[in-house]
This record gives sequence, C-alpha cells and structure tokens, in this order.
Amino acid sequence: MTEAEVVGRLRSGMTIGIGGWASRRKPMSLVREILRSDLKDLTVVSYGGPDVGLLCAAGKVRKLIFGFVTLDSVPLDPHFRAARQNGTVEVAEYDEGMLQWGLYAAALRLPFLPTRAGLGSDVMTVNPDLRLVADPYGSDEELLAVPAIPLDAALVHLNRADAAGNAQFLGPDPYFDDMFCMAAEHAYVSCERIVPTEELTASAHPATVVVRRLFVDGVVEAPNGAHFTSCAPDYGVDKAFQREYAAAGKSAGAWADFHAKYLAGDESSYQRAVAREQEKESA
Amino acid sequence: MSDVTRAEVCAVACAELFRDNGEILASAFGTIPAIGARLARHTFSPDLLLTDGEAHFVRGTWAVGEPAEGVVEAWSPFRGIFDLVWNGKRHVIMIPVQIDAQGNVNISALGDHDRPTVQLVGVRGAPGNSVHHPTSYWAPKHSTRVFVPAVDMVAGVGNDSAAKGGSAARRFHDLRRVVTNLAVLDFQPGSGAMRLVSVHPGVTVEEVQEATGFPLVVEGEVPETRLPTDEELTLIREVIDPRGLRDREVPA
Repeated sequence: MTEAEVVGRLRSGMTIGIGGWASRRKPMSLVREILRSDLKDLTVVSYGGPDVGLLCAAGKVRKLIFGFVTLDSVPLDPHFRAARQNGTVEVAEYDEGMLQWGLYAAALRLPFLPTRAGLGSDVMTVNPDLRLVADPYGSDEELLAVPAIPLDAALVHLNRADAAGNAQFLGPDPYFDDMFCMAAEHAYVSCERIVPTEELTASAHPATVVVRRLFVDGVVEAPNGAHFTSCAPDYGVDKAFQREYAAAGKSAGAWADFHAKYLAGDESSYQRAVAREQEKESA
Repeated sequence: MSDVTRAEVCAVACAELFRDNGEILASAFGTIPAIGARLARHTFSPDLLLTDGEAHFVRGTWAVGEPAEGVVEAWSPFRGIFDLVWNGKRHVIMIPVQIDAQGNVNISALGDHDRPTVQLVGVRGAPGNSVHHPTSYWAPKHSTRVFVPAVDMVAGVGNDSAAKGGSAARRFHDLRRVVTNLAVLDFQPGSGAMRLVSVHPGVTVEEVQEATGFPLVVEGEVPETRLPTDEELTLIREVIDPRGLRDREVPA
C-alpha cells in the first residue's frame, strides 16, 4: 500500500493508536499523510512523541489518551503543550502502565484489566469514569479496572516486513507495536524495507518478528519513514532536525516557515528537504 | 578533602538511597542520581541492576553522558520494565516539579488540569511506580516553587494519598527519601510528614526551612550529610563523571 491508501481508509472521529515510544520508531510518514488529509476529530492513543505534536499542530486531535508526550532529548513537545494550554485538546491522562493494560485488554477482548497503577493518584480524579473492582477471591483489595482501549486503526513502523504483514524490529525494543495492532480493528505497518519472508529470519531470531500478519491489514514500504524519530539500527534520531522542529513550534511565524520548508509537499518532497538539510549539516 | 563540592555530596547522598537495597533495579533520573546509582553499585551495593537507558541491563561502571560500556546481562524492553515495576524489585529516583509535605509529586501539568497554565511531560509512570516499589526523589533546586503546600496534580502518590487510596494503594507504597541540593529528607512514621534527615555541609536548618513551602519536621539536632570518602571522590571525578556534568545540575 501507499501512505495515501492507508490514510484513505481512515475516517474522521476514529480512535487511532500510534506505535513506537516518544522519539523512537514512530510511523511518521503515515502521520505526515494524515496532516495532508482532511481527517479531523481523531482520538489518538500514543506513548507520545512528535506524532502527537504534529497532529495537534494540524488540528487533527479531538482527544488524546496518553501517559506522556516527550521528544526524549527535548523534554517537551511545543505543539502538544500549546494545544493543552489553549484548551484545544481533550485528554485522558493515564499512568503509562495503565495505557499498556488498556491496549492489552482490548487485544484480549476483555472489558478491563485490574491494576494498582493509578490508585491514590489524581489519574482517578481527572478521569472520573474510572472504576474500582473488588478482589473476588476475598482479599480486601480494590483495584483499578483499566477500561479496554479498542482502536479503530493502529499505525506502526518497523524495520522490516514481508508483503503479508509479518513485521520485524531490529532495534533494542519492540515497544508495544504488536499490542497496538492486536487492539485495533485494522492495523497498518510501515517499514524501512519490504523483504521476502525468508529474509526476516535469515540472520535474526524469529522473536524479532513481533507483528504477525493475522493482525495486519496493509504494509507500506517507507524508507526513512520514521524520520525524525529513531529507527535503530537503520538510523538514529535526527537531533538537528528535532531541535529545528522544537524551536519552530515556539512561534506561529517560525512554524509557518518550517511547514513551508518541510510539510507543504508530499512525502518525497519532505525526504528531499531533509536530505538537503542533512547535506548542509555535514558540509 | 576540603575541596568537596555540593554536587559530590549530593551524588553520595543519592548513592546512599541504594544502600542495602539488595538485588533490584536501580532507576535514576537526572545526572546526580545516575552518578549515585553507579557509585552505589561500584562500592557498597554490588548486586544492583542498571539499564543502559534503552533496553538492556548492563554490568560495569561507565561515565554519565556516555554510552553504556559494559557487559549486557539481560534484555529489558519497556514492557519488561513495566512488569518489573509491578513486581516490585525496583527503586526509582524521580524529579518532582512540585512536591508537598506528604510526598505527593506533580510532573504532569501546572494549574487547572482541564486547561493547564503549563503543560509538563505527563504523569508518566509516577502513579504506578509510587504504589508498587520504593520511590525516592531528587530536587536539584530546593525552593518554595518546588516544595509547595499542595501540588496541582498528584502523579507520584504521597503518604496521605496512599492512605486514602485504599489497601491496594497502600500495600506496596514505600516513599523513601528526598535528596536536594540543600539537604536529605524522609517522612516521619505515623504522620507521613516530610522530615529533615541531614543538611549538607555549609547549609543551615533555617535555610532549608526557608526554601520549603511548608513546615518541615525537625527532630532534635540535625546532623550534616556525610562527605564522600576519598575512594568515592576518585570514582566520581575520574570514572563516573570525568566531564563534570554534575556541576551543571548543582553548580559549585
């Protein structure tokens, strides 16, 4: 598939899960395609990084279900920050383990999963719909019942995939990409390279193929598709670009310039602009 | 050694948080807590586990701000860390943006949560960490902006909040200490209120109280935080932080 074909299957108002973690292995070419679309009123579920920031900047997000939004080496995303401070995005703020539990519950078709995480904190106060569940086996403990977070669609980016949707991480961490896919009605994988199935495990352990085709609806080959987040070992975070992104988020004028330079065209023009900038950096 | 810096005293105070912790994961946010965790493992708490900040447990002692040099002893992706948090074999040092007398901590947002005046990173793992395993805090700038009468959003669960959160919240709740650039504090048994344990050399009890937006529990004569040993100073200066990153967090 192409990015445009994937985004063509999404609808305004959907709940969309985005894989990766902070500034790591985000399906950024798919996110950029959403920026170009007329989608709106999305509920976004993410271990948030610049995916959240860009979607907020473009006014695509009605609600965010999250535990954090950070760019790692830059602690805060300016667009997410502005959206919150302007009151333009609704949030369900969860402990990051609760988020995993909500996705896992959806993946297993359970209404909830119990945990201690969140008890005693204002996560309970700012999410008044959260409920407790008594231990049915007789201890006096009342646990937090994290509601399932079923997704209409999941978007994830991995290092390699085969055409059928088996997808492989080659970096240090699978994050929760497999769980996002299992929790979703439809899941779309972008990857650095589509390879023949036998190549996936030719030199890597089968355990690295964390996303399995029965949970995947489509695959997009998107070289450098996670840019400017990392996709180790193929590439790291583009820290210079990330600094430019973060600085541009601080004023409307600077953001308009950034948008014109990188985001106004299609994915190939984005990648050309990035390559030009990287050449300048290394010159 | 008379030339010991405040940052070095703080690093040793952070290391002391991990004394007698046994075989657990030591997770430390901030430069000085990271120095402390490595110092503790290199000296008096050799069984501690440390991560490379990505997805591995790594043996050895390496410099802050540098890639982890050492033997990978296990894989620990984020999902494994979450499991470990809930299992309890971890002691974390987090950095509060706001902390109150009961040890409630905010890292989420300042002001009204519906429309914050300042959006911060989010609650992250603070709610889960604080009700599952030992939790300590590091405040590099002890001031009334950080030490406040009431936090705007409880992310890290304090003693009173754990008590109100029911038996499931209380069961493994274990607030240990707060290390700052001025002092070491803990929580008084019973009242749960923040208590002065020691002041760093050159700091008075009055200075600590003035920098704190609520009354501290002070019991009798408050001792000084211990100085680093010669071995500890050599390790900090030559092995763990040869670039002096600690001085950026707590200027001399």
